[in-house]
Amino acid sequence: MRTGIRAPVSTAVAIAVGFLVLISLLIPGLEDLRNQILNWAILLAAIALLLGLANLFQVHFNKVRDREKPVYSSILLVAMLVTFGLTLWQGSQGDVPKWIFNNLQLPIETGLMAVLAVSLTIAAARFFQSRSDLMGFVFIGALFIALLAAAPVFGLELPIFTQVVGPIINSLSISAARGLLIGVGLGTLATGLRILLGADRPYGG
Amino acid sequence: MSISPEVLVALALFFILLFSVWGRNNPRRVFRSIKAFKELQRNIELSVEDGSRLQIGLGSGGLLGPQSAAAFAGLTLLRQVADIASDSDQPPIATTGDGALMLLAQDTLRSTYRRLGIREQFNSKLGRVTGLTPFSHAAGALPLILDRSVLGSALIGSYGNEVGLIAGASQRANGFTTGGSDRLSTQAILFAAADEPLIGEEIYATGAYTNAGAAHQASLRSQDLLRWILIALLIITALAPLFEGSQIVQ
Repeated sequence: MRTGIRAPVSTAVAIAVGFLVLISLLIPGLEDLRNQILNWAILLAAIALLLGLANLFQVHFNKVRDREKPVYSSILLVAMLVTFGLTLWQGSQGDVPKWIFNNLQLPIETGLMAVLAVSLTIAAARFFQSRSDLMGFVFIGALFIALLAAAPVFGLELPIFTQVVGPIINSLSISAARGLLIGVGLGTLATGLRILLGADRPYGG
Repeated sequence: MSISPEVLVALALFFILLFSVWGRNNPRRVFRSIKAFKELQRNIELSVEDGSRLQIGLGSGGLLGPQSAAAFAGLTLLRQVADIASDSDQPPIATTGDGALMLLAQDTLRSTYRRLGIREQFNSKLGRVTGLTPFSHAAGALPLILDRSVLGSALIGSYGNEVGLIAGASQRANGFTTGGSDRLSTQAILFAAADEPLIGEEIYATGAYTNAGAAHQASLRSQDLLRWILIALLIITALAPLFEGSQIVQ
């Protein structure tokens, strides 16, 4: 049954809980309340993780059913069910789940990391081809100097880069990073306040 | 000289409320042009015209920390894109590596479809988890791009280095890619790998640049003003030792 009051109620609950957590950070003595709310949030996030798993299963189950590249999806579904079942049975620290993590998941993700290294090298080369403006030259120049300063070239250390240019580039990049982080921090603060004010409702309310 | 967190929060709140009321209809107040948002707008229109699909990536940062702000920017973009392209042949699809973000993406899409009066066209597959770790999320998003199922990708959320795989695949498929993240290393990767990257706080301007409402524009103005205040404080703090002992300070 649709009552038509779901959106205002969810908005009011979200704003009230948000303000309670914010106030508990500013006023001493409300730590227990804050911890309780955060524990609820962690519990809800764990349930959402299970729902995410169910969504992944549903998407690939539908692909197998619709014969849309069914081989890969079948492998994923079997692996998911076996891992899920064994982890439920033995716990996350059990011998078989640990073996699966160390011998399957870890190498696959490390392999993806290696693919990423190649992918980024190609992206940098394409970047130089497609963007020959000032920022493009600055980026490529900084990249080469950082590489030369960070590691010896064919075993030959170039003191001008490792001792002079490297530290200059390093301090410039730290300054730039701090500037960017200030912007990110202010953006995060403004987003949080917008949600607390109910002006931005990412929960569809 | 320092500003306590309480004062910063109070100032930001004051400025957002102030700019929500003051100058909101002033036509002279325009934001600087950001090419990523221009190109994104063009690609949204193109996707509606030729019946192709856009992917909105929300990352795998989750909601239990400051990284959620980047994902909220992505959800705002999802709502705006869905507003324009929901009733096209290929409506936008949201991908994420987090269960809670998947629920919010589905909720955002569902409420947009309901508001547009096309609730029956909503499909929960439009908001999906492609993997529950950062790299599996990226690996799960690759087939969408490499199969040419999507025209372009807007990767707005808390991504890590795995974003390079998605952006690289998009380049190979000749698809448009824009993206931004709260992490600096990811921004550097996107600068090289995306067609139009969003650098620094530009990701948080998504709502203001996609006409998501007056509150987004007010919060962007307050961000800008606070940044200038912080810059002024940094310069004063840096110059203060030069004047120590001089008559100006005495």
